[in-house]
Amino acid sequence: MSTTEQTTSLRASAGELAAQPVWLIMRLLDIPMRFAQRVIGVKRMPYLFILPNLAFFGIFVVIPLFVNLVYSVTGGTGLFMSQRPYVGDEQYGHLLNCDSIIDVSTCREDRFWRGVYNTLTFVVLQVSFMIVFSLVTALVLNRKIRARGFFRSVFFFPVLLSPVVVALIWKWILLRDGLLNAFLTSLGGAKILFFVSPAWAMFWAIFVSVWAHMGFFTLILLAGLQAISPDLYEAAEMDGTSKSRTFWRITLPLLWPNMLVVIVLALIRAVQIFDEVFVLTGGGPGTATQFLVQYIYTTGFASPTQNFGLAAAASVLLGGALLVLTLAQLFVAQRKERT
Amino acid sequence: MTIGISLLRNAALGAVALGLLASAAAAQTEVRISWYNDGNEGEVLRDLLDRFEAQNSDIKVIVDTVAYKAILESLPVQLAAGEGPDMARVTDLGGLAQHYLDLSPYLSDTAYWEENFGPFLNWLRLPEDSGSIPGFMTQLTVTGPFANKTLFDQAGVALPGDSATWDDWAVAANQVAKKLDIPIPIAMDRSGHRFAGPAISMGAKMFSAEGEPAVVDDGLKSMAELIVNWHNDGTMAKELWGSVSGTTYLGANEDFANANVVLYMSGSWQISQFANTIGDAFDWWAVPNPCGPAACTGMPGGAALVALKTTEQPEAVAKVMEYLSSTEVLNEFYGRTLFVPGHIGLSKSGVDFDTDNPLAKHALETFAGGVANLSPVAFDLQGYVYNRVMFNAIISRLGQAIVGEMTLDEAYGRIEKDIEQEIAERKRGG
Repeated sequence: MSTTEQTTSLRASAGELAAQPVWLIMRLLDIPMRFAQRVIGVKRMPYLFILPNLAFFGIFVVIPLFVNLVYSVTGGTGLFMSQRPYVGDEQYGHLLNCDSIIDVSTCREDRFWRGVYNTLTFVVLQVSFMIVFSLVTALVLNRKIRARGFFRSVFFFPVLLSPVVVALIWKWILLRDGLLNAFLTSLGGAKILFFVSPAWAMFWAIFVSVWAHMGFFTLILLAGLQAISPDLYEAAEMDGTSKSRTFWRITLPLLWPNMLVVIVLALIRAVQIFDEVFVLTGGGPGTATQFLVQYIYTTGFASPTQNFGLAAAASVLLGGALLVLTLAQLFVAQRKERT
Repeated sequence: MTIGISLLRNAALGAVALGLLASAAAAQTEVRISWYNDGNEGEVLRDLLDRFEAQNSDIKVIVDTVAYKAILESLPVQLAAGEGPDMARVTDLGGLAQHYLDLSPYLSDTAYWEENFGPFLNWLRLPEDSGSIPGFMTQLTVTGPFANKTLFDQAGVALPGDSATWDDWAVAANQVAKKLDIPIPIAMDRSGHRFAGPAISMGAKMFSAEGEPAVVDDGLKSMAELIVNWHNDGTMAKELWGSVSGTTYLGANEDFANANVVLYMSGSWQISQFANTIGDAFDWWAVPNPCGPAACTGMPGGAALVALKTTEQPEAVAKVMEYLSSTEVLNEFYGRTLFVPGHIGLSKSGVDFDTDNPLAKHALETFAGGVANLSPVAFDLQGYVYNRVMFNAIISRLGQAIVGEMTLDEAYGRIEKDIEQEIAERKRGG
């Protein structure tokens, strides 16, 4: 037997040996599975396989959802359901009690509506900037530039950081005696109190959020760009198609499935924004960067009354808005697929 | 063979010893305290408890040191869920009263408690309760200002006198700040409690004749206008009251310690911290509360160590409480922590404060002396069970007015509605 043959034989034996425990486990599992199959039938077996996941989903998502719904129709400060009086739709009425929803000062719960408008502003601006910057970055990183791998890592690195760490880093940069103001004063400029101006606070909330998450979306778009066949670009070049036409007619349409994923994820994340901005600005100045999730948190947990009923009702309304948003996106996606 | 027998005997003895140790550990009662620190009090408490444990081997006291925010936000949820510790150090004295355990059946000398903690026990009781003993004050606090006297001296501006008004202080602080290029002439902790003293000095009554909250009156409006004007003219920095939302607490202690503030309105609990962080780097000088037309008052307050209904070993808790509240132990505790005593006997006899720092001694004297000037309205407000609701409504709405989200008149309306709604929610049940 040659040396190569001996090595191959040894490898095969080692492989067989390593597979023994797995094989044993499979044989053991086989017994209850066969029994289950006999009892419930082959057709129902898939349900058995998804049961663990379904149970997890039920315990940690469906039941809390239901409990939240029940809390939203109760009042008082008790934690347990038995201590909470039923109040019907009073909490919803309280939240939606406005003479005009365009003018938040006419709303009984003005902070809720300020949260709604702040969230809308944030979502529109943040998602737009996120898509534009992710796309531009992905397009640049898709080109054969020097140190491409390094730059890809650089853009992805902030994604690995905890939102609280991200917010604290930027807070130290932006404070009155922070790095940015030190830089500005070294150039002879005046200090800017970023967290005192509503416009600056919103700008930095959006900027930091885009900075922190852009790498993730860039990666998705980069994967889409790399999946586009170079032949198409070659053919376009041979036809003398301009760069912008190539982008609009080839790149963007073929990138659409990835773009849709980016839009959906960015939208959902933007609506749920909380931790980064909470640490960065604390919702201020005033309520300029207080978003809906912070309103829910503050009402339910950080106010002296801990108004769980009102917080639950606000989260039901937020859940409803997210549901509508998701259904609209699904509808758009399906229509696009059909065409 | 001999070696084998010896080994067996040693093993048996070891097993017996281990068994005895295990049973001793099992017989030991564990008492858990949720505690937060302003200064060195956690360290002092641990030292005192080590001595207690040495005398009472059947009780082990575990101190869970948590952030102050956890005491304000997490502890109430824990207590509502029936999952709290045995004892806790709290500052929402009346707000959590429903969760306090009445220790009187377990205490050997309730007369001692009534005699020495009597006035403060009312702060820990529900309105209909006049006899329970849930705990004692780990510190009595009085709100009041600290001036950076060194800055005043350097600027050649005299410190305003004892009966100076808030306006006098604003003029003087601005003069100092202008001469020495100090960024913040006056800073006040972002807290409704801190605002309440000056507002009462300006004539705020806080309650109606029937004893119901009636926060918005001319006195409160005067102080609110002053605060908003100070933010607009730069006397107060918007970074503190204007940079965050809602009821978020922000202190200016670090800015003051870094000599960025001329006059800092805070309270007696800062003494220990300033003695450590500032030391004698500059003269941090406690001054009497500035006057208004109605009074020259700050707000009383403080932190209490209370027994909680969630405990399963009330006897052990009472034993720990009796030890910690004894005159001898409290004298040491207050002395080492530089806290204003919340013990009548010690207030009268005086505490031997463990500091050589003349600034700390002066501050302790100033705040202790200020107790006599506290307005009855301030005491009533501190003892009111829903006072935190009032403080929070004031601070969150004033914050919005300061950054221009609403006018002061709109803020007044919102303050009244917020208080009414929150109290109604609390009274609804739970």
